[in-house]
Amino acid sequence: MYTQALDIPGQQPKGKPDAVENAAYQAEFDARIDAGATIEAKDWMPEAYRKTLIRQISQHAHSEIVGMLPEGNWISRAPSLKRKAILLAKVQDEGGHGLYLYAAAETLGVSRDELTEALLSGKAKYSSIFNYPTLNWADVGVIGWLVDGAAIMNQIPLCKCSYGPYARAMVRVCKEESFHQRQGYDALLAMMGGTEAQREMVQDAVNRWWWPSLMMFGPHDADSPNSGQSMRWGIKRISNDDLRQKFVDATVPQAEVLGVTLPDPDLTWNEDRGHYDFGTIDWDEFWNVVNGHGQCNVDRLATRVKAWEDGAWVREAAIAHAEKQAAREKAAA
Amino acid sequence: MERKEWPLWEIFVRSKNGLDHKHCGSVHATDARMALQVARDVYTRRQEGVSIWAVKASDIVASDPDAKPELFDPAEDKIYRHPTFYKLPDEVDHM
Repeated sequence: MYTQALDIPGQQPKGKPDAVENAAYQAEFDARIDAGATIEAKDWMPEAYRKTLIRQISQHAHSEIVGMLPEGNWISRAPSLKRKAILLAKVQDEGGHGLYLYAAAETLGVSRDELTEALLSGKAKYSSIFNYPTLNWADVGVIGWLVDGAAIMNQIPLCKCSYGPYARAMVRVCKEESFHQRQGYDALLAMMGGTEAQREMVQDAVNRWWWPSLMMFGPHDADSPNSGQSMRWGIKRISNDDLRQKFVDATVPQAEVLGVTLPDPDLTWNEDRGHYDFGTIDWDEFWNVVNGHGQCNVDRLATRVKAWEDGAWVREAAIAHAEKQAAREKAAA
Repeated sequence: MERKEWPLWEIFVRSKNGLDHKHCGSVHATDARMALQVARDVYTRRQEGVSIWAVKASDIVASDPDAKPELFDPAEDKIYRHPTFYKLPDEVDHM
């Protein structure tokens, strides 16, 4: 995507703009943001804007890649060929989403290898939701319904974010996410129509995933110091708490149709607010998982590192083959 | 660990015959054949395309964003290039 590799013919790369020029560029940038214009890869942008985007887009990409692991666990154990085909398609989508997003991040002048290195060294974060285990088949359905449902709430506003390559990648991602949520709900409906034991599995999975799903929207607005700047830059459009509320409001009726109970005794309709009230989120748990102490943090990262190391010979062989072919073609020409 | 990154390719997909190829993203691949294969898996999982172009990113030349004014502004005041510039009598204005 209009990458750092693009050359401008007959031009030497410019040095850093001096202070005066920088101020002028900054003013132009601010005006464009205020006017709702899109910033493209080669446009001037403040360094902090670039860094924030690289961090956010790459964390998002890492989340998609690591997000393949909890569900991948169930591909070989899916209860029917139909569910297996669906799950394969979904996990493949997550891989695709990771690749769209890495490509978008690379337009900001960071290389794919740097991004991979940041994930594998543990320097970069990914969504903490993927550090919870998938214990039974109902977990796969609940991930589709709640986790992908929460992801969609988070991601739809990003389709209008101020950075063009990210916004365009998110349009593709959102188109595909809807299938993810619906297939999950569909799998749960099938289980709820089954035996008592199957219904209990669904309820158990809902009990375990509900609160972590609410945590996916991030800390309360008051505890989210970077949100204001991201809003100013048009990267973030809706606040964490507003998105979380939207998600709760949308999910309660879906739980009723499904016939499960959301594990929150404080969950009640508030006539005055026109929204559901809900209980207090355990932020200690959230930070604990973010800081590496969730149930699966170590395992997830180890799996990624192993995949990268086991694939090293393939990456090297492919390059060697391409170079040999190119040399042969040159010699023959 | 020694790292050698695979080259970057820009991917363009024609969604159906009769439409242009449109840029949709990029992939890393060691050669043209692999670029097409990877692009197929990444960008056409739902029949989004009937044809793919892969172009090495390093082979693309682009206009300078800082040169936008001198490149594109001269067209701004040439409103007579648009059909709406011409006010015709109502009877023939559908022309």
